Amino acid sequence: MSLLAAIPGFPSNQTSLNPAGPAAAHIEHTFALIFWITATVYFITLAVLMYFVWSRRWTLALAPIPQPTSDASDRLATRAVAAAVAVTVLLLFVMLISSFVTSHRLGKMNDQQALTINVYGHQWWWEIQYPNEAEPYRMVTTANEIHVPIGTPIRIHGTSRDVIHSFWAPNIQGKRDLLPGYNTDVLMQVDKAGRWRGQCAEYCGMQHAHMSFYIVAEPQQDFDNWMSAQMQPSVVPGNIQAMHGQQVFLSHACVLCHTIRGTTAGSHVGPDLTHLASRSTIAAGMLPNTVGNLGGWILNAQALKPGSRMPPNQISGPDLQDLLAYLETLK
Amino acid sequence: MTSTSLLETRALSEAEQKQAAQLEYIWREPTGFIGWFKAVHHTTIGMRYVVTAFCFFLIAGLLAGAMRIQLAFPESHFLSADKYNQFFTMHGSTMMFLFAVPMMFEALSVYLVPLMVGTRNIAFPRLNAYSYYLYVFGGIMFFVAFFCNTGADNGWFSYVPLAGPDFAPGKRADFWAQLITFTEISGLCVAVEVLVTVFKLRAPGMSLNRIPLFVWGQAIVAFMVIFSLPAIMLSSTMLLLDRTGGTQFFNPAVGGDVLLYQHLFWWFGHPEVYLIFLPGTAVVSTIVATFSRRHAFGYLVLVLSLVSTGFLAFGLWVHHMFATGIPQIAESYFTAASMMIAIPSGAQIFCWIATLATGRVVLKTPMWWVLGFFFVFIMGGMTGIFVASVPVDLQVHDTYFVVAHFHYVLIGGAVFPLFGALTYWFPKVTGRMLSEKLGQISFWLFFIGFNVTFFPMHLVGLRGMPRRVYTYPANMGWTLLNQIESIGYIFLFLSVLLFMGNVYRSLRRGALAGPNPWLAGTLEWATSSPPPKYNFLHLPTVNGREALWDAAPNQPVVAGLDEDCRSVLTTRTLDAEPEGKDEFPGPSIWPFLAAVATSIAFVASVFTPWGITFGTIPIAITMIGWFWPVKQAADRRREREIWSK
Repeated sequence: MSLLAAIPGFPSNQTSLNPAGPAAAHIEHTFALIFWITATVYFITLAVLMYFVWSRRWTLALAPIPQPTSDASDRLATRAVAAAVAVTVLLLFVMLISSFVTSHRLGKMNDQQALTINVYGHQWWWEIQYPNEAEPYRMVTTANEIHVPIGTPIRIHGTSRDVIHSFWAPNIQGKRDLLPGYNTDVLMQVDKAGRWRGQCAEYCGMQHAHMSFYIVAEPQQDFDNWMSAQMQPSVVPGNIQAMHGQQVFLSHACVLCHTIRGTTAGSHVGPDLTHLASRSTIAAGMLPNTVGNLGGWILNAQALKPGSRMPPNQISGPDLQDLLAYLETLK
Repeated sequence: MTSTSLLETRALSEAEQKQAAQLEYIWREPTGFIGWFKAVHHTTIGMRYVVTAFCFFLIAGLLAGAMRIQLAFPESHFLSADKYNQFFTMHGSTMMFLFAVPMMFEALSVYLVPLMVGTRNIAFPRLNAYSYYLYVFGGIMFFVAFFCNTGADNGWFSYVPLAGPDFAPGKRADFWAQLITFTEISGLCVAVEVLVTVFKLRAPGMSLNRIPLFVWGQAIVAFMVIFSLPAIMLSSTMLLLDRTGGTQFFNPAVGGDVLLYQHLFWWFGHPEVYLIFLPGTAVVSTIVATFSRRHAFGYLVLVLSLVSTGFLAFGLWVHHMFATGIPQIAESYFTAASMMIAIPSGAQIFCWIATLATGRVVLKTPMWWVLGFFFVFIMGGMTGIFVASVPVDLQVHDTYFVVAHFHYVLIGGAVFPLFGALTYWFPKVTGRMLSEKLGQISFWLFFIGFNVTFFPMHLVGLRGMPRRVYTYPANMGWTLLNQIESIGYIFLFLSVLLFMGNVYRSLRRGALAGPNPWLAGTLEWATSSPPPKYNFLHLPTVNGREALWDAAPNQPVVAGLDEDCRSVLTTRTLDAEPEGKDEFPGPSIWPFLAAVATSIAFVASVFTPWGITFGTIPIAITMIGWFWPVKQAADRRREREIWSK
């Protein structure tokens, strides 16, 4: 599909035409085949149409009613129509078989050694879990940022906690709906390191537009480092300001929804904040994770993302400064 | 015996003038304010359908304009998230339920089918009036709710659980669900009327293989309406029951199923698309034949394509649900079924091209719209193949690529033929011609504007922009394409404005049309323009597929109908041999009152399920009034029964 990829803006981190993994690459091949066949058929059909319209132009006053047709011309037309239908059927079979082959390949991906990642859709953010069967207490929970090792098959095990969402990172794999009441598994693999963006593709309510996530693909070593860091409980505050910040967190409404492992905050309504500062965005990919954005988000998330489940908070200026200082330490 | 020969304009004899005056008297429509609500003639009701559906088209188009302003800039605050979500839902629901189906199926078939088959009114004319009022009341309810900030906001298919009681508080989704009930009952009523008209009221000689292609199209759509609409009435009623009646059909927490809703919805939803564009293709067949000056090439292929499209339409609903995770064997089946639809569609297109290639092409405005249809609709068909292929669909589903695809299919397959149809039949309906020059300018504005608006949506969709987002970040590379799309909207806006200006001007100062300005071949052109309320002075008989082109020099007409009542000839289904006489009911206020009573019940049930329980009482009363027997009519019926023995 070099044609489209050459247009500026196409080789981006959220397009199916710039595959970063085998699944998206297979799909892109079928896409290219269908594109070239249909584009050719389209132009030929319309060229034929316009040729006849132009060469058979007449005016209403002069044209006989009805135009007498000869058997010979109708026989020719019959043959032409039959041939065109036959070609249509043939081309459809080509595209159909290509489509079947691709479907088959997507289903055949190696799932034996796949790394399982649980993805739960929420209005309007993504809960990400790395289950750890050997040591369940070391299960990693994060939000909106999925770290994966490159070249390793991954099984996304997904469902929804509320309404229907659709998990879609087009550079890597086609979309899959996350349905409440159903569990779904989709296999994928990322071969190119990078930050691949994905977004909810099924309309899920007011902030559907602001429900994105990143797949951070990195070499195995980096991934292992990240994973072992995430397995740790949250850091113990190292200075007075951060200690007070933690007290602010634990004595405000924050604890009603959020978890910080290593503290008494253990609710699962909102994103797990144990390693908040290690994530590059907040509010499901909407805002860069800076102190300013975080402060604004805590005080009045409704102004930034109307309808989101994060309520406005009444926190005094000094308390907010300390709280932010504490959250900044949660690497 | 008189002739319906094509070019003959003959002064009426004295006896005929008397006959015309008598028919005028018998078929007159009541006048005055109350009389307006009593009208039952199909041209009267048909015109109301056209005007009403066009108004909804304009409103939904304006909503689209607001959305285009919002999307022209990233992170724009022109519309809030809540407003935008209401706007796109109202836009989609209005276009689908209040414009496309009522216009393409109900309006066109109610006005044209009885004329084209050569009868005096549509079957069940009072039911026809009732269905129109239900449609209007449903639309009014929907928009009153919208202006009270209770506009539906869950998308035109209102998936559960998003539209269920837990996630959609308030009454927004309930009004949406009841809009469905209103419009679908209206559609079902018209489907029954059209089928009975087509199969029992055709002019003698119009055997099945001579039915005009337009009428075939509408008859097949009527069948599809009857098989598809009950599914959505079921799903929207279950949704309403979940919301107001405490049932749990779609609540997974207690064993309900969210996918059940999708299956029911798309069992309707996919045929819905076809019952929007099949009338469009039926219009194209008509216009292509008239402006190629020959019988449509491949009549049998065209009819069988319509029939097979109608059947296939019910076999591919799952391609709207590929992303939900379908077993591979089912994926393969639905991919194959979806691609198969290209075969009958392709056959139709090739037949039209063959008609043009072997005829003499007259490039009048309706023909321009049909040429536009070819460019746009075929493109929509081509992108349909992407959507039919499961793996590719998983990438383009729910993105702007799909938005582009269905606008190419629906605007290409319905709106282009519709403007062609409005231009083509305007002289018949009003007696005056539209301006060719203004018509062609508005065509070009629309054609260019359409492509500028919707072609970039393919690209922005492939670049990863999902549909139904109220805004997007600035750094995604979507901004420029969205701005181009918004500029295209201005062309579309101007085109429709110019078209309305053309209509307004021509109503006053357009050239007089005469009975048959296009020298066309179907029966509606055999009567004066606009047609009298009795449609034809002499009910025609038919010799061939294009009744007027194939008429013998002394084509016989029907005689022997009663002159003291709304008498009508019934014919046999297959060969259209005369079978008997029947009588149409006359004007009545009861259909209007029954529609009011029905609407009260439906609107009340938005608020409480008891609305239906108590609402049935006034419905029953008005229905009793409606069906109260009239002695003279009963006597005449008895006489006819004796006569027919």
